[in-house]
Amino acid sequence: MKSAIVVFPGSNREKDAEAALTEITGTPPVMVWHRDTELPKVDLVLVPGGFSYGDYLRCGAIAAHSPILREVKARADQGMAVLGICNGFQIITEAGLLPGVLQQNAGLKFVCRNVNLRVETSQSLFTSRYEKGQVLSIPVAHHEGNYYADEKTLDELESRDQVAFRYCAPDGSLDPSHNPNGSQRAIAGVFNRTKNVLGLMPHPENAIRELLGSTDGRGLFKAMAEALAA
Amino acid sequence: MKARVHITLKNGVLDPQGRAIANALHSLGFDKVGDVRQGKFIEIDLKESDKAKAKSEVDQMCAKLLANTVIENYSVDLVE
Repeated sequence: MKSAIVVFPGSNREKDAEAALTEITGTPPVMVWHRDTELPKVDLVLVPGGFSYGDYLRCGAIAAHSPILREVKARADQGMAVLGICNGFQIITEAGLLPGVLQQNAGLKFVCRNVNLRVETSQSLFTSRYEKGQVLSIPVAHHEGNYYADEKTLDELESRDQVAFRYCAPDGSLDPSHNPNGSQRAIAGVFNRTKNVLGLMPHPENAIRELLGSTDGRGLFKAMAEALAA
Repeated sequence: MKARVHITLKNGVLDPQGRAIANALHSLGFDKVGDVRQGKFIEIDLKESDKAKAKSEVDQMCAKLLANTVIENYSVDLVE
């Protein structure tokens, strides 16, 4: 599987994503700078976490209009896989690749800790190595992760199996006290309609080593490597 | 010409910052304060003397970048 990581001024998780892709898929990703107008021929583009362009105006809003994002959008429309993590989720949502928006956390605080994440579907190239209902432990680190969409959009996401992950209690039940940011319907990650684009707030690339508390993120990278193997 | 753009959250969209401001005002003794909603104010210098053209251009700026119309409304005032 060939992959690329888009790097903006202010990205800060691109090296973690690079390490995870290299270790688990076996091929180092190509790093692409935000000013580049051409993407190499790859199977996956990863948009990493951080504070692109200082997150001025709104998180991800300026990055969403950068030259490279136009190219990512065009390729995604042709079916290429795109994974947006944290700020990357905010960026691809602002770019219109995914519905909804990520607002400031309901508690107004930056949240940085491991959360329980329930896998809502195994029917995707990103989640096929997980079981539906499986509970993962993955870290979050964000101030604007409060997923919002109107009721009609949320109903559509659910009926089309586009919700990838939800914040949950350790036993997998949905409980507002385990929703770290006030997201509507506890949504932590969503797919586009054709499920070649996934955006999520938690950081699977930071859950690949026992030493750092969890290896639950590995399944996501393994699933992509299998699905996108040349 | 100057364009003054106000960006506000749509009705029904949770505004945690607005709520925190309301709580702070209550704790200062402003007990007549009810709901508080906050937003953004952006002032743009425009090299355009035709008001209709300016309005249409700023509307496009709002729709493309300045506001996220999933959750925000915008209004534009033009000042000579």
